[in-house]
Amino acid sequence: MLKGIKAVFGKLLKRMFKKKKQVKLGLYGPPNGGKTTLANKICQDWLGEDMGSVSNIAHETREVSIKESITIKSGNKELSFNLVDTPGIATKIDYEDFLKSGMKAKEAKQRAKEATKGVIDSIKWLDDMDTVIVVLDATIDPYTQVNITIIGNLQARKIPVLIVGNKIDKKKANLKKLEAAFPQYKVIGISAKFGKNTDEFYKELFNLVD
Amino acid sequence: MLTLQFIPYHEMENLDSKQRISKLLKSVKSNKIVLMEGRLKSSEEAELIRKTMEEISPEFKGIELSVVNTPNTDAKILKKFKSVLVNMLLGDRHGLTIIGPAKIIKEIKQDPDKIQLLTEEIQEKTKSKGKKRSK
Repeated sequence: MLKGIKAVFGKLLKRMFKKKKQVKLGLYGPPNGGKTTLANKICQDWLGEDMGSVSNIAHETREVSIKESITIKSGNKELSFNLVDTPGIATKIDYEDFLKSGMKAKEAKQRAKEATKGVIDSIKWLDDMDTVIVVLDATIDPYTQVNITIIGNLQARKIPVLIVGNKIDKKKANLKKLEAAFPQYKVIGISAKFGKNTDEFYKELFNLVD
Repeated sequence: MLTLQFIPYHEMENLDSKQRISKLLKSVKSNKIVLMEGRLKSSEEAELIRKTMEEISPEFKGIELSVVNTPNTDAKILKKFKSVLVNMLLGDRHGLTIIGPAKIIKEIKQDPDKIQLLTEEIQEKTKSKGKKRSK
């Protein structure tokens, strides 16, 4: 009987522990890859609301933002996680680039200052992630040191990674190049903006976290 | 005028991560393009980016960074073995790291074993040539 009670308590504790542990799923990548667009797509699909604002100007996301307790379903399976959208990681930030996109000097300088802080925060948060989706623009050459550094750091921390090649709706998208650049990882092509191939993306997410 | 500074491996091997990063940043901030024998650890690369961001100002816009000869972790067994052996023998000495100030280096195009370095001046010239041709 004592054994039976122990087993029941053990199961209860296990369940409680399981419920408390929320997977932190991070979205990482260089600026303008579509991290927030993907975050919005996930939040729209499963919560019916957006996560953040998107723009064509780089460094639109300058603060780490978290959406807690997102549960996605596939068949009988359920997956709950806290989604962490991070600012794009870059090695250079020039306020004059923001001037070119029509901002006034003061606003451009402020944006550059916030963008640098955003990069620092993204790097700091790497240690807190359980699983990461690296969001890359599939129309851009993937052989950049920023991409290699991000993936190298995740690899060193043994964090499971899924590479998303975003913007496959565009003609220039080249998933094969992405696959060749990072052959050790699963690469999935999507268009977060138009919801293309997101079912496959969710399937891969289950495979990654399970 | 471009100034290239070569840093041999022996100049870096006894430095800790913090010292390596500050040595590199100091050179880059004085407008030199650094060619470093070997490579930084991935955590040091991330720290270099973080430190660079702390130093960004209207005068210093950041860095361009590239590493040649990144070992392919999914190569065929023989290649992989060779790569592991080279790493065991040479450690972080394997490869070449290029770091330069973003105001001088516009872009570094990187292939697994080839690097193209585009400087601001070269880009400007290419653009003006293009304009002349179109006229």
